[in-house]
Amino acid sequence: MSTLSTAAVLAQEVDEPTIIDDSGPIFDWGFAVDILPDMLMAFLQVTLVVTLVGTLIAAVLGLVIAILIMVLPGPLAWIVRWAANFIRMTPIVVQLIFLFWTFLWMDPMTIGIIVFGVHYATYMSEVYRAGIESVPKGQWEATTALSMSAMRTWRRVVIPQALRSTVPSLGNYAISMFKDTPFLFVISVAEMVTVAQTIGAQTFRYNEPITIAGLIFLAASYPTAVLINRLEKRLAYAH
Amino acid sequence: MPTPTEPASAPAPDTEETSGAPVIEFVDVEKRFGDNVVLKNLNFTVERGERVTLVGPSGSGKTTILRLVMTLEELTGGYIYIDGEPLTHREKDGRRVPVSKKEQKRLRTRIGMVFQQFNLFPNMTVLENIIEAPVHVLGRPKKEAVAKAHDLLGQVGLSDKADAHPTSLSGGQQQRVAIARALAMDPEILLLDEVTSALDPEVVGEVLNILRTVAETTNVTMLIVTHEMGFARDVSHKVMMFDGGHVVESGPPEKIFTDPDHERTKSFLSAVLGDN
Repeated sequence: MSTLSTAAVLAQEVDEPTIIDDSGPIFDWGFAVDILPDMLMAFLQVTLVVTLVGTLIAAVLGLVIAILIMVLPGPLAWIVRWAANFIRMTPIVVQLIFLFWTFLWMDPMTIGIIVFGVHYATYMSEVYRAGIESVPKGQWEATTALSMSAMRTWRRVVIPQALRSTVPSLGNYAISMFKDTPFLFVISVAEMVTVAQTIGAQTFRYNEPITIAGLIFLAASYPTAVLINRLEKRLAYAH
Repeated sequence: MPTPTEPASAPAPDTEETSGAPVIEFVDVEKRFGDNVVLKNLNFTVERGERVTLVGPSGSGKTTILRLVMTLEELTGGYIYIDGEPLTHREKDGRRVPVSKKEQKRLRTRIGMVFQQFNLFPNMTVLENIIEAPVHVLGRPKKEAVAKAHDLLGQVGLSDKADAHPTSLSGGQQQRVAIARALAMDPEILLLDEVTSALDPEVVGEVLNILRTVAETTNVTMLIVTHEMGFARDVSHKVMMFDGGHVVESGPPEKIFTDPDHERTKSFLSAVLGDN
């Protein structure tokens, strides 16, 4: 991986046994430019992939969980609800470490995607539940009066109307997940902050990599938040 | 559809339309919400093509009756028959046995309902609202359903609103769409649940006129809950006065509205009709 080679070269430059304090300016722009490509690669190849695939899983699975809890017979619904609560109430770091050591044969990044997807699905299921409950009773009654099938009722009436109110919250959870990706370091996945840490450890320069990491996070979340905001407004006036 | 032969404002109930076979039959119907008994030992029949209006003070169970027929409420006792077939439960060896969902759905597709709050689907256009069930429940070809929908929109005076979204329409327009949506299913039975109660006074007339035309030009059986006594008098073959979950008296509108037998009916009518 190029991260290591670059970092190794850089490490040599500061490898003299001097006091760390006066090893250079507080923020070395040249150094920042040098490490930027590696950090961007880590961002694109890991952070972004985990967030996008994780959000997709969470959004779909969350809806499935919400619907299952509503349509399954009592005891089964209780089991699903209990399982979702269990996942929601335990830290994501614990889940990452547990699955990593349980499924050692699995690719850590895949484990990361699954954990983030499932964990956030349990949050999103609550958002969907609230959205579904916000669909007026009269809408359900109209589907009965028209003899619409359960499938058609969910697909054409309930879900489209429920989604309208859930988009902002779902978007916020996607951003939360994005900001939680640094937890992947506990299972040795080289996402962006882990790479920043590694560069720091090898060069004794932390300010540049960690600042760049922060700025990349900001540069990605801010437009996403704006986008969600716009989408929310559009949905509000669409009907 | 034949054109109305009489002015829409005063269609005289035509008794020839009704045939002897009961299309709705209530047998010992009981409805309770928890400990609260709303209907008890209720027995009545509605004949094919008959238009029956339920009147009475609020809380007397009128709307509950419509909701039971539409299977929006669970029937807690007794039997309801549609075209002679049990809607929710059948009697078997003296016990109440629930009918299958499939049987219930088959009967239910013959029943349409128009609600007080319209209940159009806001995420669909007017046209989509109307063709949804004919296409996906009755399995009609889309082309045919769309043609019929445009026809019905013409009848309710909203030809130009097919592609509009319901929220862009006024209450009166939404209710007219809701009527078209119910009629698109060619129901044998049409349930009208206080369809003008949520409307501004100035648009009540247009909605009632459309329903008068439907009453005149079709043979659909109607079960009506309304506070519009003029409308009830015009379109009903029979008026049933309810109080406390019981039928106090029933009869032709001329009789009930002008010469009721019961004191309870008299006091109710004088309260709702005022000086009339």
